[in-house]
Amino acid sequence: MKLIKKGAEAELYLINWFGYKAIKKVRVSKNYRIQSLDNFLRNYRTLNEAKMLINVKRINIPVPTVFDVILEEFSIVMEFIDGKLLKDLIPQLDDEMLDEIFTNLGCIVGRLHENGFFHGDLTTSNVILVDKNIFLIDFGLGGVSQEIEAFGVDVHLMLRALESTHHEISQKCFEYFKNGYSSTFSKSKEVFSKVLEIRRRGRYVVERRVKATINSFCI
Amino acid sequence: MLILGIECTAHTFGCGIANSKGEILANVNSEYIPTSGGIHPREAARHHASVAASVICDALKAAGKNIEEIDGFAVSLGPGLGPCLRVGATAARALSLYYNKPLIPVNHCVAHIEIARLMCKIDDPLVVYISGGNTIISAFSDGKYRVFGETLDIALGNCLDTFARYVGLPHPGGPHIEKLALKGSNYINLPYVVKGQDMSFSGLLTMAIRKFKDGAMLEDICFSLQETAFSMVCEVTERALVHTGKDAILLTGGVAANRRLRVMMESIAKDHGVVFKAVPVEYARDNGAMIAWTGVLSLLHNVTIPVDESFIRPRWRLDAVDIPWRMNKHEVNKEGC
Repeated sequence: MKLIKKGAEAELYLINWFGYKAIKKVRVSKNYRIQSLDNFLRNYRTLNEAKMLINVKRINIPVPTVFDVILEEFSIVMEFIDGKLLKDLIPQLDDEMLDEIFTNLGCIVGRLHENGFFHGDLTTSNVILVDKNIFLIDFGLGGVSQEIEAFGVDVHLMLRALESTHHEISQKCFEYFKNGYSSTFSKSKEVFSKVLEIRRRGRYVVERRVKATINSFCI
Repeated sequence: MLILGIECTAHTFGCGIANSKGEILANVNSEYIPTSGGIHPREAARHHASVAASVICDALKAAGKNIEEIDGFAVSLGPGLGPCLRVGATAARALSLYYNKPLIPVNHCVAHIEIARLMCKIDDPLVVYISGGNTIISAFSDGKYRVFGETLDIALGNCLDTFARYVGLPHPGGPHIEKLALKGSNYINLPYVVKGQDMSFSGLLTMAIRKFKDGAMLEDICFSLQETAFSMVCEVTERALVHTGKDAILLTGGVAANRRLRVMMESIAKDHGVVFKAVPVEYARDNGAMIAWTGVLSLLHNVTIPVDESFIRPRWRLDAVDIPWRMNKHEVNKEGC
Protein backbone atom coordinates (compact mmCIF):
# COMPACT_ATOMS: atom_id res chain seq x y z
CA MET A 1 0.00 0.00 0.00
CA LYS A 2 1.61 3.19 -1.19
CA LEU A 3 0.38 6.60 -0.07
CA ILE A 4 0.09 8.74 -3.20
CA LYS A 5 -1.87 11.71 -1.93
CA LYS A 6 -2.75 13.23 1.41
CA GLY A 7 -5.70 15.53 0.93
CA ALA A 8 -7.51 17.51 3.57
CA GLU A 9 -10.24 14.96 3.97
CA ALA A 10 -8.85 11.66 2.80
CA GLU A 11 -5.69 9.73 2.09
CA LEU A 12 -5.24 7.99 -1.25
CA TYR A 13 -3.30 4.75 -1.48
CA LEU A 14 -2.25 2.91 -4.61
CA ILE A 15 -2.99 -0.78 -4.12
CA ASN A 16 -3.18 -4.01 -6.01
CA TRP A 17 -6.76 -5.26 -5.98
CA PHE A 18 -6.88 -8.82 -7.29
CA GLY A 19 -4.53 -7.89 -10.10
CA TYR A 20 -6.05 -4.48 -10.81
CA LYS A 21 -4.25 -1.25 -10.10
CA ALA A 22 -6.62 0.43 -7.69
CA ILE A 23 -6.98 3.45 -5.44
CA LYS A 24 -8.02 3.09 -1.85
CA LYS A 25 -9.52 6.28 -0.57
CA VAL A 26 -9.61 6.39 3.21
CA ARG A 27 -11.47 9.15 5.02
CA VAL A 28 -9.26 9.78 8.02
CA SER A 29 -10.41 10.71 11.49
CA LYS A 30 -10.02 14.35 12.43
CA ASN A 31 -8.73 15.06 15.90
CA TYR A 32 -10.36 18.45 16.01
CA ARG A 33 -13.94 17.22 15.97
CA ILE A 34 -15.79 15.14 18.52
CA GLN A 35 -16.07 11.47 17.77
CA SER A 36 -19.79 11.25 17.10
CA LEU A 37 -19.68 14.05 14.53
CA ASP A 38 -16.46 12.67 13.07
CA ASN A 39 -17.92 9.19 12.62
CA PHE A 40 -21.17 10.54 11.26
CA LEU A 41 -19.49 12.67 8.59
CA ARG A 42 -16.99 10.02 7.53
CA ASN A 43 -19.62 7.32 7.38
CA TYR A 44 -22.11 9.49 5.51
CA ARG A 45 -19.64 10.77 2.96
CA THR A 46 -18.03 7.39 2.27
CA LEU A 47 -21.38 5.76 1.72
CA ASN A 48 -22.68 8.72 -0.25
CA GLU A 49 -19.65 8.85 -2.51
CA ALA A 50 -19.81 5.13 -3.27
CA LYS A 51 -23.52 5.34 -4.06
CA MET A 52 -23.03 8.38 -6.26
CA LEU A 53 -20.15 6.81 -8.19
CA ILE A 54 -22.18 3.69 -8.85
CA ASN A 55 -25.35 5.56 -9.81
CA VAL A 56 -23.75 8.08 -12.15
CA LYS A 57 -21.71 5.32 -13.78
CA ARG A 58 -25.05 3.82 -14.85
CA ILE A 59 -25.85 6.91 -16.90
CA ASN A 60 -22.40 6.83 -18.46
CA ILE A 61 -20.81 9.71 -16.58
CA PRO A 62 -17.07 9.00 -16.71
CA VAL A 63 -16.07 8.21 -13.12
CA PRO A 64 -13.78 5.59 -11.58
CA THR A 65 -15.42 2.20 -11.14
CA VAL A 66 -16.07 1.25 -7.54
CA PHE A 67 -14.55 -2.11 -6.61
CA ASP A 68 -15.27 -2.28 -2.91
CA VAL A 69 -16.54 -0.29 0.05
CA ILE A 70 -15.18 -1.00 3.52
CA LEU A 71 -17.36 1.04 5.84
CA GLU A 72 -15.56 -0.07 9.01
CA GLU A 73 -12.47 1.80 7.87
CA PHE A 74 -14.38 4.48 5.95
CA SER A 75 -12.74 3.53 2.69
CA ILE A 76 -13.62 2.99 -0.96
CA VAL A 77 -11.54 0.92 -3.34
CA MET A 78 -11.86 2.18 -6.88
CA GLU A 79 -10.32 2.08 -10.32
CA PHE A 80 -7.00 3.92 -10.62
CA ILE A 81 -7.25 6.67 -13.23
CA ASP A 82 -3.76 7.38 -14.52
CA GLY A 83 -4.11 11.01 -15.54
CA LYS A 84 -3.55 14.55 -14.40
CA LEU A 85 -5.71 17.05 -12.55
CA LEU A 86 -7.33 19.63 -14.83
CA LYS A 87 -6.19 22.31 -12.38
CA ASP A 88 -2.54 21.44 -12.99
CA LEU A 89 -2.91 21.06 -16.76
CA ILE A 90 -4.67 24.35 -17.50
CA PRO A 91 -1.50 26.50 -17.72
CA GLN A 92 -0.16 24.24 -20.50
CA LEU A 93 -3.28 24.13 -22.63
CA ASP A 94 -3.77 26.26 -25.74
CA ASP A 95 -7.04 27.88 -26.68
CA GLU A 96 -8.19 25.07 -28.94
CA MET A 97 -7.62 22.47 -26.23
CA LEU A 98 -9.34 24.62 -23.60
CA ASP A 99 -12.34 24.93 -25.91
CA GLU A 100 -12.53 21.19 -26.47
CA ILE A 101 -12.03 20.23 -22.84
CA PHE A 102 -14.34 22.77 -21.24
CA THR A 103 -17.09 22.22 -23.81
CA ASN A 104 -16.84 18.51 -23.15
CA LEU A 105 -16.79 19.07 -19.38
CA GLY A 106 -19.91 21.23 -19.76
CA CYS A 107 -21.61 18.42 -21.69
CA ILE A 108 -20.80 15.88 -18.99
CA VAL A 109 -21.96 18.10 -16.11
CA GLY A 110 -25.11 18.95 -18.10
CA ARG A 111 -25.84 15.26 -18.49
CA LEU A 112 -25.22 14.69 -14.79
CA HIS A 113 -27.73 17.43 -13.95
CA GLU A 114 -30.23 16.34 -16.61
CA ASN A 115 -30.42 13.05 -14.71
CA GLY A 116 -31.02 14.79 -11.39
CA PHE A 117 -27.54 14.35 -9.85
CA PHE A 118 -25.31 17.10 -8.52
CA HIS A 119 -21.63 16.92 -7.61
CA GLY A 120 -21.43 19.29 -4.63
CA ASP A 121 -17.76 20.21 -4.97
CA LEU A 122 -17.26 20.78 -8.67
CA THR A 123 -13.83 22.40 -9.12
CA THR A 124 -10.92 21.99 -11.49
CA SER A 125 -9.19 19.93 -8.75
CA ASN A 126 -11.89 17.29 -9.05
CA VAL A 127 -11.54 16.68 -12.77
CA ILE A 128 -8.93 14.23 -14.08
CA LEU A 129 -7.75 14.22 -17.67
CA VAL A 130 -6.31 11.19 -19.43
CA ASP A 131 -5.17 12.69 -22.72
CA LYS A 132 -8.44 14.38 -23.71
CA ASN A 133 -10.71 12.08 -21.76
CA ILE A 134 -12.41 13.57 -18.74
CA PHE A 135 -13.12 11.82 -15.45
CA LEU A 136 -15.02 13.33 -12.53
CA ILE A 137 -13.96 12.39 -9.01
CA ASP A 138 -14.76 13.22 -5.36
CA PHE A 139 -18.51 12.79 -5.09
CA GLY A 140 -18.60 12.85 -1.27
CA LEU A 141 -20.73 16.00 -1.16
CA GLY A 142 -22.93 14.99 -4.11
CA GLY A 143 -26.55 13.99 -4.17
CA VAL A 144 -29.85 13.85 -5.98
CA SER A 145 -32.08 16.88 -6.31
CA GLN A 146 -35.16 18.15 -8.09
CA GLU A 147 -34.26 21.76 -7.39
CA ILE A 148 -32.34 24.16 -9.59
CA GLU A 149 -30.44 25.42 -6.51
CA ALA A 150 -28.17 22.36 -6.24
CA PHE A 151 -27.26 22.54 -9.94
CA GLY A 152 -26.68 26.26 -9.65
CA VAL A 153 -24.25 25.65 -6.77
CA ASP A 154 -22.27 23.22 -8.98
CA VAL A 155 -21.95 25.73 -11.79
CA HIS A 156 -21.20 28.53 -9.32
CA LEU A 157 -18.41 26.47 -7.72
CA MET A 158 -16.85 25.77 -11.12
CA LEU A 159 -16.99 29.46 -12.00
CA ARG A 160 -15.44 30.40 -8.67
CA ALA A 161 -12.68 27.83 -9.03
CA LEU A 162 -11.89 29.27 -12.44
CA GLU A 163 -11.91 32.84 -11.13
CA SER A 164 -9.76 32.22 -8.08
CA THR A 165 -7.20 29.80 -9.56
CA HIS A 166 -7.08 30.59 -13.27
CA HIS A 167 -8.36 34.17 -13.40
CA GLU A 168 -6.74 35.21 -16.71
CA ILE A 169 -8.66 32.64 -18.72
CA SER A 170 -11.69 32.14 -16.50
CA GLN A 171 -14.16 34.01 -18.68
CA LYS A 172 -13.17 32.15 -21.83
CA CYS A 173 -13.26 28.74 -20.17
CA PHE A 174 -16.61 29.45 -18.60
CA GLU A 175 -18.03 30.37 -22.01
CA TYR A 176 -16.91 27.02 -23.40
CA PHE A 177 -18.32 25.27 -20.36
CA LYS A 178 -21.68 26.99 -20.85
CA ASN A 179 -21.82 25.96 -24.52
CA GLY A 180 -21.43 22.31 -23.62
CA TYR A 181 -23.71 22.56 -20.61
CA SER A 182 -26.57 24.14 -22.57
CA SER A 183 -26.37 21.41 -25.19
CA THR A 184 -27.08 18.61 -22.72
CA PHE A 185 -29.22 20.17 -19.97
CA SER A 186 -32.71 21.33 -20.84
CA LYS A 187 -32.94 23.73 -17.87
CA SER A 188 -29.57 25.36 -18.40
CA LYS A 189 -31.05 28.86 -18.72
CA GLU A 190 -32.74 28.59 -15.33
CA VAL A 191 -29.46 27.38 -13.86
CA PHE A 192 -27.51 30.36 -15.23
CA SER A 193 -29.94 32.83 -13.70
CA LYS A 194 -29.75 30.83 -10.44
CA VAL A 195 -25.97 31.25 -10.52
CA LEU A 196 -26.47 35.00 -10.68
CA GLU A 197 -28.79 34.81 -7.70
CA ILE A 198 -26.32 32.69 -5.72
CA ARG A 199 -23.55 35.18 -6.41
CA ARG A 200 -25.69 38.09 -5.34
CA ARG A 201 -26.58 36.27 -2.15
CA GLY A 202 -22.91 36.31 -1.12
CA ARG A 203 -21.69 38.71 1.51
CA TYR A 204 -20.67 42.19 0.44
CA VAL A 205 -21.23 41.53 -3.21
CA VAL A 206 -21.30 44.74 -5.18
CA GLU A 207 -23.67 43.23 -7.74
CA ARG A 208 -26.26 42.73 -5.01
CA ARG A 209 -27.15 46.40 -5.18
CA VAL A 210 -27.30 46.59 -8.92
CA LYS A 211 -30.33 45.09 -10.55
CA ALA A 212 -28.17 42.75 -12.52
CA THR A 213 -29.39 41.54 -15.86
CA ILE A 214 -28.23 38.30 -17.36
CA ASN A 215 -25.66 40.15 -19.45
CA SER A 216 -24.35 42.52 -16.81
CA PHE A 217 -21.39 40.40 -15.84
CA CYS A 218 -19.79 37.41 -17.41
CA ILE A 219 -22.84 35.17 -17.49
CA MET B 1 5.60 58.44 10.46
CA LEU B 2 2.66 58.67 12.83
CA ILE B 3 -0.85 57.63 11.80
CA LEU B 4 -4.11 57.99 13.69
CA GLY B 5 -6.67 55.34 12.75
CA ILE B 6 -10.40 55.38 13.34
CA GLU B 7 -12.41 52.15 13.49
CA CYS B 8 -16.14 52.59 13.20
CA THR B 9 -17.81 49.76 11.30
CA ALA B 10 -20.23 48.21 13.79
CA HIS B 11 -20.40 48.15 17.60
CA THR B 12 -17.01 49.71 18.36
CA PHE B 13 -15.72 53.23 17.96
CA GLY B 14 -11.98 52.94 18.27
CA CYS B 15 -8.99 55.15 17.84
CA GLY B 16 -5.43 53.89 17.53
CA ILE B 17 -2.07 55.50 16.88
CA ALA B 18 0.76 53.62 15.21
CA ASN B 19 4.16 54.51 13.80
CA SER B 20 6.14 53.10 10.91
CA LYS B 21 8.25 50.94 13.24
CA GLY B 22 5.15 48.87 13.89
CA GLU B 23 4.68 50.23 17.41
CA ILE B 24 1.14 50.72 18.66
CA LEU B 25 1.23 53.89 20.77
CA ALA B 26 -2.44 53.98 21.63
CA ASN B 27 -5.51 51.78 21.28
CA VAL B 28 -8.64 53.27 22.83
CA ASN B 29 -12.00 51.69 22.10
CA SER B 30 -15.55 52.32 23.16
CA GLU B 31 -18.14 49.66 22.54
CA TYR B 32 -21.84 50.24 22.06
CA ILE B 33 -23.75 47.71 24.13
CA PRO B 34 -27.43 47.46 23.23
CA THR B 35 -29.81 47.55 26.21
CA SER B 36 -31.84 44.83 24.54
CA GLY B 37 -31.73 42.93 21.27
CA GLY B 38 -28.95 43.22 18.75
CA ILE B 39 -27.05 46.17 17.31
CA HIS B 40 -29.42 48.85 16.12
CA PRO B 41 -27.39 50.68 13.45
CA ARG B 42 -28.83 54.09 14.23
CA GLU B 43 -28.39 53.70 18.00
CA ALA B 44 -24.82 52.46 17.47
CA ALA B 45 -24.09 55.47 15.26
CA ARG B 46 -25.50 57.78 17.94
CA HIS B 47 -23.20 56.19 20.52
CA HIS B 48 -20.19 56.56 18.22
CA ALA B 49 -20.93 60.22 17.52
CA SER B 50 -21.21 60.95 21.24
CA VAL B 51 -17.90 59.30 22.19
CA ALA B 52 -15.86 60.14 19.06
CA ALA B 53 -14.17 63.29 20.34
CA SER B 54 -13.27 61.90 23.76
CA VAL B 55 -11.96 58.60 22.36
CA ILE B 56 -9.70 60.46 19.91
CA CYS B 57 -8.44 62.79 22.68
CA ASP B 58 -7.82 59.83 25.00
CA ALA B 59 -5.82 58.07 22.30
CA LEU B 60 -3.64 61.13 21.72
CA LYS B 61 -3.14 61.45 25.47
CA ALA B 62 -2.24 57.78 25.83
CA ALA B 63 0.31 58.10 23.03
CA GLY B 64 1.66 61.32 24.52
CA LYS B 65 1.36 63.01 21.15
CA ASN B 66 0.00 66.27 19.90
CA ILE B 67 -2.46 66.07 17.03
CA GLU B 68 -0.17 68.30 14.90
CA GLU B 69 2.40 65.50 14.93
CA ILE B 70 0.05 63.09 13.12
CA ASP B 71 1.05 62.48 9.48
CA GLY B 72 -2.21 61.04 8.24
CA PHE B 73 -5.69 59.96 9.25
CA ALA B 74 -6.82 56.44 8.43
CA VAL B 75 -10.42 55.34 8.59
CA SER B 76 -12.29 52.09 8.00
CA LEU B 77 -14.60 52.92 5.08
CA GLY B 78 -16.10 49.42 5.03
CA PRO B 79 -17.42 46.80 5.12
CA GLY B 80 -19.90 47.54 7.86
CA LEU B 81 -23.12 49.23 8.88
CA GLY B 82 -23.81 52.39 6.88
CA PRO B 83 -24.83 54.73 9.73
CA CYS B 84 -21.77 53.70 11.79
CA LEU B 85 -19.36 54.01 8.87
CA ARG B 86 -20.62 57.52 8.22
CA VAL B 87 -19.70 58.67 11.74
CA GLY B 88 -16.12 57.42 11.49
CA ALA B 89 -15.72 58.77 7.96
CA THR B 90 -17.04 62.19 8.97
CA ALA B 91 -14.61 62.41 11.89
CA ALA B 92 -11.64 61.36 9.75
CA ARG B 93 -12.53 63.69 6.87
CA ALA B 94 -12.84 66.63 9.25
CA LEU B 95 -9.45 65.92 10.85
CA SER B 96 -7.83 65.44 7.47
CA LEU B 97 -9.17 68.73 6.12
CA TYR B 98 -8.54 70.77 9.25
CA TYR B 99 -4.97 69.61 9.77
CA ASN B 100 -4.30 69.30 6.04
CA LYS B 101 -2.99 65.74 6.25
CA PRO B 102 -3.82 62.85 3.91
CA LEU B 103 -6.92 60.76 4.40
CA ILE B 104 -6.24 56.99 4.13
CA PRO B 105 -8.98 54.51 3.22
CA VAL B 106 -8.72 51.21 5.07
CA ASN B 107 -10.68 48.02 4.53
CA HIS B 108 -11.78 46.67 7.90
CA CYS B 109 -10.98 43.02 6.97
CA VAL B 110 -7.54 43.90 5.62
CA ALA B 111 -6.86 45.73 8.91
CA HIS B 112 -7.76 42.62 10.92
CA ILE B 113 -5.27 40.60 8.89
CA GLU B 114 -2.47 43.18 9.05
CA ILE B 115 -2.66 43.67 12.83
CA ALA B 116 -2.74 39.88 13.21
CA ARG B 117 0.45 39.53 11.15
CA LEU B 118 2.11 42.30 13.12
CA MET B 119 1.15 41.00 16.58
CA CYS B 120 1.94 37.35 15.88
CA LYS B 121 5.05 38.08 13.79
CA ILE B 122 3.97 35.72 11.04
CA ASP B 123 4.66 36.84 7.53
CA ASP B 124 2.45 34.77 5.27
CA PRO B 125 -0.29 32.89 7.13
CA LEU B 126 -3.65 31.43 6.29
CA VAL B 127 -5.96 33.79 8.15
CA VAL B 128 -9.15 32.57 9.80
CA TYR B 129 -11.20 35.65 10.61
CA ILE B 130 -14.31 34.91 12.62
CA SER B 131 -16.42 37.60 14.26
CA GLY B 132 -19.96 38.79 14.63
CA GLY B 133 -19.93 40.23 11.14
CA ASN B 134 -17.48 38.11 9.18
CA THR B 135 -16.47 34.49 8.67
CA ILE B 136 -13.62 34.44 6.18
CA ILE B 137 -10.74 32.10 5.44
CA SER B 138 -8.19 34.05 3.46
CA ALA B 139 -4.61 33.94 2.26
CA PHE B 140 -2.40 36.26 0.26
CA SER B 141 -1.87 35.39 -3.37
CA ASP B 142 -1.09 37.37 -6.47
CA GLY B 143 -1.43 40.86 -5.01
CA LYS B 144 -4.59 40.41 -2.98
CA TYR B 145 -6.00 38.66 0.04
CA ARG B 146 -7.98 35.95 -1.70
CA VAL B 147 -11.03 34.45 -0.04
CA PHE B 148 -10.78 30.67 0.16
CA GLY B 149 -13.99 30.16 2.05
CA GLU B 150 -16.65 32.31 3.65
CA THR B 151 -20.16 32.22 4.99
CA LEU B 152 -22.99 32.24 2.50
CA ASP B 153 -25.39 33.90 4.91
CA ILE B 154 -24.84 34.98 8.54
CA ALA B 155 -21.49 35.14 10.31
CA LEU B 156 -20.56 32.52 12.90
CA GLY B 157 -20.45 35.09 15.71
CA ASN B 158 -23.83 36.35 14.65
CA CYS B 159 -25.21 32.81 14.83
CA LEU B 160 -23.91 32.38 18.40
CA ASP B 161 -25.06 35.84 19.54
CA THR B 162 -28.54 35.47 18.09
CA PHE B 163 -28.96 32.06 19.69
CA ALA B 164 -27.75 33.42 23.04
CA ARG B 165 -30.20 36.28 22.83
CA TYR B 166 -33.05 33.94 21.99
CA VAL B 167 -32.43 31.70 25.00
CA GLY B 168 -32.01 34.69 27.30
CA LEU B 169 -28.23 34.76 27.83
CA PRO B 170 -26.78 38.24 28.43
CA HIS B 171 -24.77 40.18 25.85
CA PRO B 172 -22.21 39.28 24.53
CA GLY B 173 -23.48 35.74 24.05
CA GLY B 174 -20.32 33.97 22.83
CA PRO B 175 -18.52 33.62 26.19
CA HIS B 176 -21.73 32.46 27.92
CA ILE B 177 -22.30 29.77 25.29
CA GLU B 178 -18.67 28.70 25.72
CA LYS B 179 -19.14 28.31 29.47
CA LEU B 180 -22.39 26.37 29.15
CA ALA B 181 -20.92 24.16 26.41
CA LEU B 182 -18.31 22.89 28.88
CA LYS B 183 -21.13 21.35 30.91
CA GLY B 184 -22.80 19.70 27.92
CA SER B 185 -21.73 16.32 26.60
CA ASN B 186 -24.60 14.86 24.57
CA TYR B 187 -24.16 15.73 20.95
CA ILE B 188 -27.44 16.68 19.28
CA ASN B 189 -27.46 16.35 15.50
CA LEU B 190 -27.56 19.80 13.91
CA PRO B 191 -27.31 20.77 10.24
CA TYR B 192 -23.70 20.68 9.08
CA VAL B 193 -23.61 22.74 5.89
CA VAL B 194 -20.43 22.99 3.83
CA LYS B 195 -20.92 23.78 0.16
CA GLY B 196 -17.63 23.41 -1.63
CA GLN B 197 -15.47 25.88 0.30
CA ASP B 198 -18.31 27.91 1.78
CA MET B 199 -20.37 27.54 4.92
CA SER B 200 -23.92 28.33 5.91
CA PHE B 201 -24.98 28.98 9.51
CA SER B 202 -28.59 30.13 9.18
CA GLY B 203 -30.08 26.64 9.20
CA LEU B 204 -27.91 25.73 12.16
CA LEU B 205 -29.29 28.70 14.10
CA THR B 206 -32.91 27.84 13.28
CA MET B 207 -32.41 24.22 14.29
CA ALA B 208 -30.64 25.10 17.55
CA ILE B 209 -33.53 27.38 18.49
CA ARG B 210 -36.02 24.64 17.60
CA LYS B 211 -34.18 22.14 19.79
CA PHE B 212 -34.36 24.66 22.66
CA LYS B 213 -38.11 25.07 22.14
CA ASP B 214 -38.47 21.29 22.13
CA GLY B 215 -36.95 21.22 25.59
CA ALA B 216 -33.43 19.91 25.00
CA MET B 217 -30.88 20.77 27.69
CA LEU B 218 -29.39 24.21 27.03
CA GLU B 219 -25.91 22.94 27.92
CA ASP B 220 -26.18 20.19 25.32
CA ILE B 221 -27.40 22.57 22.63
CA CYS B 222 -24.58 25.02 23.34
CA PHE B 223 -22.11 22.15 23.16
CA SER B 224 -23.56 20.85 19.90
CA LEU B 225 -23.89 24.30 18.38
CA GLN B 226 -20.23 25.09 19.04
CA GLU B 227 -18.99 21.69 17.88
CA THR B 228 -20.98 21.81 14.65
CA ALA B 229 -20.20 25.40 13.71
CA PHE B 230 -16.51 25.14 14.61
CA SER B 231 -16.10 21.81 12.81
CA MET B 232 -17.46 23.42 9.65
CA VAL B 233 -14.93 26.24 9.89
CA CYS B 234 -12.15 23.77 10.66
CA GLU B 235 -12.97 21.60 7.65
CA VAL B 236 -12.83 24.57 5.30
CA THR B 237 -9.67 25.85 7.00
CA GLU B 238 -7.92 22.52 6.60
CA ARG B 239 -8.83 22.34 2.93
CA ALA B 240 -7.63 25.89 2.33
CA LEU B 241 -4.40 25.05 4.17
CA VAL B 242 -3.71 22.05 1.94
CA HIS B 243 -4.70 24.02 -1.16
CA THR B 244 -2.57 27.10 -0.46
CA GLY B 245 0.35 25.36 1.23
CA LYS B 246 0.80 28.19 3.76
CA ASP B 247 2.94 27.38 6.80
CA ALA B 248 0.86 29.03 9.53
CA ILE B 249 -2.73 29.44 10.68
CA LEU B 250 -3.68 32.77 12.27
CA LEU B 251 -6.96 33.04 14.13
CA THR B 252 -8.49 36.47 14.55
CA GLY B 253 -11.82 38.26 15.08
CA GLY B 254 -13.98 38.35 18.21
CA VAL B 255 -14.63 34.60 18.20
CA ALA B 256 -10.85 33.97 18.34
CA ALA B 257 -11.21 34.32 22.11
CA ASN B 258 -13.08 31.00 22.23
CA ARG B 259 -10.83 28.36 23.79
CA ARG B 260 -12.55 25.41 22.14
CA LEU B 261 -12.04 26.91 18.69
CA ARG B 262 -8.37 27.55 19.49
CA VAL B 263 -7.87 23.94 20.53
CA MET B 264 -9.49 22.72 17.31
CA MET B 265 -7.40 25.00 15.11
CA GLU B 266 -4.27 24.01 16.98
CA SER B 267 -5.04 20.37 16.27
CA ILE B 268 -5.22 21.06 12.53
CA ALA B 269 -1.94 22.94 12.67
CA LYS B 270 -0.30 20.04 14.49
CA ASP B 271 -1.59 17.49 11.96
CA HIS B 272 -0.08 19.46 9.10
CA GLY B 273 3.08 20.56 10.87
CA VAL B 274 2.35 24.28 10.65
CA VAL B 275 2.40 27.08 13.22
CA PHE B 276 -0.78 28.14 14.96
CA LYS B 277 -1.27 31.54 16.57
CA ALA B 278 -4.32 33.33 17.90
CA VAL B 279 -4.26 37.10 17.99
CA PRO B 280 -4.36 38.66 21.50
CA VAL B 281 -7.99 39.47 22.30
CA GLU B 282 -7.34 43.22 22.48
CA TYR B 283 -6.31 43.21 18.83
CA ALA B 284 -8.60 40.39 17.68
CA ARG B 285 -11.77 42.36 18.37
CA ASP B 286 -12.59 45.49 16.40
CA ASN B 287 -10.06 48.13 17.43
CA GLY B 288 -8.55 51.41 16.32
CA ALA B 289 -4.94 50.20 16.38
CA MET B 290 -5.47 47.89 13.42
CA ILE B 291 -6.76 50.75 11.30
CA ALA B 292 -3.82 52.94 12.31
CA TRP B 293 -1.27 50.21 11.49
CA THR B 294 -2.87 49.46 8.12
CA GLY B 295 -2.91 53.20 7.54
CA VAL B 296 0.85 53.26 8.07
CA LEU B 297 1.36 50.49 5.50
CA SER B 298 -0.98 52.23 3.06
CA LEU B 299 0.59 55.67 3.35
CA LEU B 300 4.07 54.19 2.90
CA HIS B 301 2.76 53.00 -0.48
CA ASN B 302 0.92 56.21 -1.26
CA VAL B 303 -2.56 54.80 -0.82
CA THR B 304 -4.65 57.85 0.03
CA ILE B 305 -8.06 59.14 -0.99
CA PRO B 306 -9.26 62.69 -1.74
CA VAL B 307 -11.90 63.75 0.79
CA ASP B 308 -14.53 64.34 -1.89
CA GLU B 309 -14.17 60.75 -3.10
CA SER B 310 -14.10 59.13 0.31
CA PHE B 311 -17.50 57.47 0.12
CA ILE B 312 -18.25 54.78 2.64
CA ARG B 313 -18.34 51.24 1.22
CA PRO B 314 -20.68 49.06 3.29
CA ARG B 315 -20.08 46.06 1.00
CA TRP B 316 -16.37 46.48 0.36
CA ARG B 317 -15.02 42.99 -0.21
CA LEU B 318 -11.67 41.88 1.21
CA ASP B 319 -10.57 40.42 -2.12
CA ALA B 320 -11.23 43.68 -3.96
CA VAL B 321 -8.35 45.50 -2.25
CA ASP B 322 -4.85 45.74 -3.74
CA ILE B 323 -2.10 45.07 -1.20
CA PRO B 324 0.93 46.97 -2.58
CA TRP B 325 3.04 46.47 0.56
CA ARG B 326 3.24 42.74 -0.09
CA MET B 327 3.71 42.86 -3.85
CA ASN B 328 7.49 42.63 -3.96
CA LYS B 329 8.03 40.02 -1.35
CA HIS B 330 5.69 37.45 -2.80
CA GLU B 331 5.96 36.93 -6.49
CA VAL B 332 2.94 35.74 -8.44
CA ASN B 333 2.25 32.26 -7.21
CA LYS B 334 0.00 30.42 -9.62
CA GLU B 335 0.06 27.22 -7.60
CA GLY B 336 -1.25 28.76 -4.45
CA CYS B 337 -3.86 31.14 -5.70
